[in-house]
Amino acid sequence: MADALIFATLNGLVTGMLLFMLASGVTLIFSMMGVLNFAHASFYMLGAYFAFAISQQIGFWPALLLAPMLVGVLGALVERYGLRQVHKSGQVAELVFTFGLAFLIEEAVQLFWGRATQDFRSPAALDFALFTLFGQDFPAWKGVMLCISVSIFIGLYFVLTRTRTGIIIQAAITHPQAVANLGHNVPRLFMVVFGAGSALAGLAGVIAGPVLTTFPGMASVLGSIVFVIVVIGGLGSLTGALVASLLIGLLQSWAIASGLGMADLLALLGVSFPPDHALRDLWRLTLPQVAPLLPYLLLVLILIFRPSGLFGKRES
Amino acid sequence: MRALVLWAGFALVLMVLPLIFDSVLGVSILNQMAIAIVFALSYNLLLGQGGMLSFGHAVYFGLGGFLAVHAMLLTETQTLAIPLVLIPLAGGLCGLCAALFIGSFSTGRAGTVFAMISLGVGELLAASSLILVSFFGGESGVSADRTFAPPFFGVDFSQDVQVYFLAAAWLFVSVLGMYLFTRTPAGRLANAVRDNPERARFLGYSAGRVRFISFAVAGFFAGIAGGLFAVNYEILTAGNLNAASSGQVLLMAYIGGLGVFIGPILGAVLLTLINSLLNHYTTLWMLYLGLVFVLTVMFLPRGLTGLLMLHRVPWQQGRLGLLVRPYTLTAIPGAVLVLSLIGLLELSQRETGPFVYLGIPFAPGSAVSWLALLAVAVIAFVALRRTLPGLRAAWAEASAQSPRSMHEGDAP
Repeated sequence: MADALIFATLNGLVTGMLLFMLASGVTLIFSMMGVLNFAHASFYMLGAYFAFAISQQIGFWPALLLAPMLVGVLGALVERYGLRQVHKSGQVAELVFTFGLAFLIEEAVQLFWGRATQDFRSPAALDFALFTLFGQDFPAWKGVMLCISVSIFIGLYFVLTRTRTGIIIQAAITHPQAVANLGHNVPRLFMVVFGAGSALAGLAGVIAGPVLTTFPGMASVLGSIVFVIVVIGGLGSLTGALVASLLIGLLQSWAIASGLGMADLLALLGVSFPPDHALRDLWRLTLPQVAPLLPYLLLVLILIFRPSGLFGKRES
Repeated sequence: MRALVLWAGFALVLMVLPLIFDSVLGVSILNQMAIAIVFALSYNLLLGQGGMLSFGHAVYFGLGGFLAVHAMLLTETQTLAIPLVLIPLAGGLCGLCAALFIGSFSTGRAGTVFAMISLGVGELLAASSLILVSFFGGESGVSADRTFAPPFFGVDFSQDVQVYFLAAAWLFVSVLGMYLFTRTPAGRLANAVRDNPERARFLGYSAGRVRFISFAVAGFFAGIAGGLFAVNYEILTAGNLNAASSGQVLLMAYIGGLGVFIGPILGAVLLTLINSLLNHYTTLWMLYLGLVFVLTVMFLPRGLTGLLMLHRVPWQQGRLGLLVRPYTLTAIPGAVLVLSLIGLLELSQRETGPFVYLGIPFAPGSAVSWLALLAVAVIAFVALRRTLPGLRAAWAEASAQSPRSMHEGDAP
């Protein structure tokens, strides 16, 4: 039991920090531009695919650097020539635009790489067990994932609170007009933040691609979870995004590892139902089965009872 | 009187259509269109009329459809004899119940919060549909046989044409019902709440309750569409209530145009045609669909009908003639550009054999084919850049003179 719990916690941390790399970008973009970026997970997918293509030509490590940069440039272009155009038509149009973009990127990926899963692997040099606990291996690549995501978190925190750029960004979130009057180019700042957020998503894609498999559906698998996190944490709150990412990561990981189900609960209560009972599916539910449901359940509950999220200050 | 003629004309068109398109494919596409139109119009009640952006509208379509299939199964096992013509109503009632429940907590707020709740509910149901096997049938779905239902005046609905008349009747009733709903005080208030919830509240109306009513009505008609789907296909799977299905209806309504009542109808007809015809010719049709959608959102915020409506002012002023020449001048390079880009995309997908496009054979491997298409595209692009200012000037001349026309939106 203890070994399962430790490994579930470690895996939950890795997933949670990975989710945070996406959620932080969505949060920053939302607080600056008021747009929930549906296409954010698509940039994550592009990161994985670009890295796969580059790593086949010149190796994995250059890809780790080049792929996120490419994705970042693409994100900046999308903001400059797409989102800025749609901004005039209002918030709903912007949300619909990013939704359409996500649809388009998924199709474009299939155009270039096809529908099949790509054989994108972590570098062979890291193909060993970082440590072995209770006879179970913890792969070194997951350790690297954790290192990269934690250092990104620290770097992001440092940039936003300690550098001049970060302070201008923070000011532009609350007082864009005043920042513009001080002579800063706010539209360009928006473009840079959008590009940087996309690059972060791309980096997440590079490090997650080998573990979570690189296939055209990988964006939609993670995309809605990232939304859930951003809303649960509170729209626009980076702290909230971090807490919610870890919460979701750990919750799912524990639920899968536990293997408990309704049958255990019923046995504990001493209740039993005939096997052909009308609600038999309910009595057979297990936690690993409902693990994918948990984030959405949490989302709906949060939105009903605390619409501003865990750490959010304002509604919508 | 004019309205009566319009509706009679609509009914007449519905009656005549299967006589014109009487092939198997034609009737099957007509059936799909009927379903899609009801679904897209119900979505329009949310987004177009009520200002609620939903990413989970397929939930009500799917639940209505599943209940309809189960109702058909009840008839099949002779527990209950429900006439087939009433099956869509069962779907509609199921959609209504689901919308009453979910709307009770989700319609309190509009905007992003509503969109996120709809997304969450949609994902929740899509995921549970794979777990709750006894109702949703798991991966393989639930199927029934419509011919077990008692015959309706001698019609046993064994043929698609018979189903078409059932669908057309429900389509007519639903379109009329939804149109009349937009004319009721509740429908008018939905517009008010969409445009300015604060003002509506100051007038003494609860924005949440107004949205709740629209939401419930939209759920009812989505359920009817689901019931029609169940009657037509006799099977429902988890794919009918997932996010992709919700996205499809958003695409239909948006491309058609949200502001005008007939917009989603146009979108549904167009997208059904694309879905069922284009995939015979190309594997890339989803990509084209995505491109059309993104370009629509960027350049035609009010969809295709919005574009058509822009011509009302020049038409009323009798200056539509001014636009003919610049339109033709822009359309030629525009069409050439689009066709050459499509050619390039299709060429990239072929590996072997000659690829005959518009009667011209291209060789997938040869640089000549690529360069020729590319050169045509570049020339067309340059030509388009030169003709666009002329079109803009003509637009300004044709549409902007009386102060009344200032409200009619922007020229493209």
